[in-house]
Amino acid sequence: MFELLGIPPQALFGQLLLGLINGSFYALLSLGLAVIFGLLNIINFSHGAQYMMGAFVAWMLLTYTGINYWWALLIVPLVVGATGVVIERLMISRLYHLDHLYGLLLTFGLALIIQGLFRNQYGVSGLPYSIPAELSGGTNLGFMFLPNYRGWVIVASVVVCFATWFAIEKTRLGAYLRAATENPTLVGAFGINVPRMITLTYGFGVALAALAGVLAAPIYSVNPNMGADLIIVVFAVVVIGGMGSILGAILTGFGLGIVEGLTRVFYPEGSAVVIFVIMAIVLLVKPAGLFGRTQ
Amino acid sequence: MTTQSETGYRSEAAALPVGTPRHHMVIFAVLLGLLLVAPSVLYPVFLMKVLCFALFASALNLLLGFGGLLSFGHAAFFGSSSYVAAYAAKAWGFNPEFAILLGVLAAAVLGLAIGALAIRRQGIYFAMVTLAFAQMVFFFALQAPFTGGEDGIQAVPRGKLFGFVDLSSDLTLYFVVVAIVFGALLLIYRIIHSPFGQVLKAIRDNEPRSISLGYKVNRYKLAVFVMSAALAGLAGATKAIVFQLASLTDVYWTMSGEVVLMTLLGGMGTVFGPLVGAAVIVTMQNYFAGFGAWVTVLQGAIFVVSVLLFREGIVGVLAKWLKKPL
Repeated sequence: MFELLGIPPQALFGQLLLGLINGSFYALLSLGLAVIFGLLNIINFSHGAQYMMGAFVAWMLLTYTGINYWWALLIVPLVVGATGVVIERLMISRLYHLDHLYGLLLTFGLALIIQGLFRNQYGVSGLPYSIPAELSGGTNLGFMFLPNYRGWVIVASVVVCFATWFAIEKTRLGAYLRAATENPTLVGAFGINVPRMITLTYGFGVALAALAGVLAAPIYSVNPNMGADLIIVVFAVVVIGGMGSILGAILTGFGLGIVEGLTRVFYPEGSAVVIFVIMAIVLLVKPAGLFGRTQ
Repeated sequence: MTTQSETGYRSEAAALPVGTPRHHMVIFAVLLGLLLVAPSVLYPVFLMKVLCFALFASALNLLLGFGGLLSFGHAAFFGSSSYVAAYAAKAWGFNPEFAILLGVLAAAVLGLAIGALAIRRQGIYFAMVTLAFAQMVFFFALQAPFTGGEDGIQAVPRGKLFGFVDLSSDLTLYFVVVAIVFGALLLIYRIIHSPFGQVLKAIRDNEPRSISLGYKVNRYKLAVFVMSAALAGLAGATKAIVFQLASLTDVYWTMSGEVVLMTLLGGMGTVFGPLVGAAVIVTMQNYFAGFGAWVTVLQGAIFVVSVLLFREGIVGVLAKWLKKPL
């Protein structure tokens, strides 16, 4: 079949792998956006900036204090998530009584501030972050060569996505969360501290973005603009999937990553825009998104 | 989703009465007077930049402040029109008026295509969809053979207006730009106060009610989207002739953000707010041009402060204070 299409299998699998890697980041980021949107009803425009912060904090930990990748995976989401909690308490919480677009504008402003500050400090050229020794090298799978770190990123993001899905859909805490998404007033009347839940949810969404940033650091160079363009693609992913379901966000993320990878094999010029074209088609056919609920 | 529009982001000052308040005519007259004497005090190229962005922000405000639709992708229209005008003037040797007209046409067609898709979603989805399409336009501009990639289209000839008015002098061009922008602002003003504008405001304030009154809401939304895109295109094409340059900056998402910031800072849903917002932001950019990314930080900070403390914008606050719609 591959010979028929004139595509060598190595190129095909290579691009598929790249697509899966991109898909992992789309899934992690759109998952965070969906979790935040579910409860706060705002689109977190600073998500890309917080992803970038994740990569930078990991780099700083390694460069200034020598804390390695594995500890960074744990510490960075906590640190960046904590900044998210502060932002929610100080700023976003003041906007809940207003139109949701104000949340978008506020977080856009925050993204500009964060990106500008990092650009001032570290320039735009990008800083290297080396792959941890345990994951360097690669494995020969017979049909292709898989760099270990890339395999790890895919596995890690699948695990994190699944764990998040499990926590939200199958645990008691998740049930509270889903109930508060439907009717915060009623859930509050049952004695659950909804404002605190909202704060922690935002912190968790931001932590997911930061975790994605740590995973991305060894693959892409750590630079202040790494999240800016990515987040717009993730917005398109979110529009395609619809933010109604957690599983939908995950599947759409991985699926679109693969589609993008395949496009790069068959029609390289279109790979930058294929997701936007799919978005246009989905808007025509099913405006609420593939997994969305019509309101 | 529908109940939120009642606590919406329109300012109190946005409740313009039917008809034309006399003080608006006075402000327009004073504005025109100021514009005519301004080049004796300020650098004409700077003034033309302010005017182009004032028009761009007013075009966005028509959509955002009066139509209630936040487009986060208006750079697509501004930028593509600027590319088309620059290309027409440079490669085909069009007169500036035809180059600008062609740019506006391109922006309107693009507005029709993007608008028809974007109005299928509401609220923040609308913002995300417009942003995503604008990014698609950006990638197109980056890769297309006729846009010059990273360099853009440089050294665009200003040409001769109608074939005999030489625009190479900054001052002559300035008065042409004043005529274009002032005319467009009056047109926007007319749209806002027309029956069409009244229906738009009704849709913005309560969409289900407008539907139940029998208005074809989507047609109105699409119409205002195309108008706004065309006017943004007019601003972009004029800018391309003035600066003799069309570049990727014009079509990047930061440009979309900047114009939203101008509108927000000046006052969404006010007639004169976008002009003030554009003047403030362009002045600030000029002043801080040497400070690198601090401009971005400052713009972000203005965004945050505006949203948290200052949602009516400068002109909105002024209007509240004077108890007159501005």
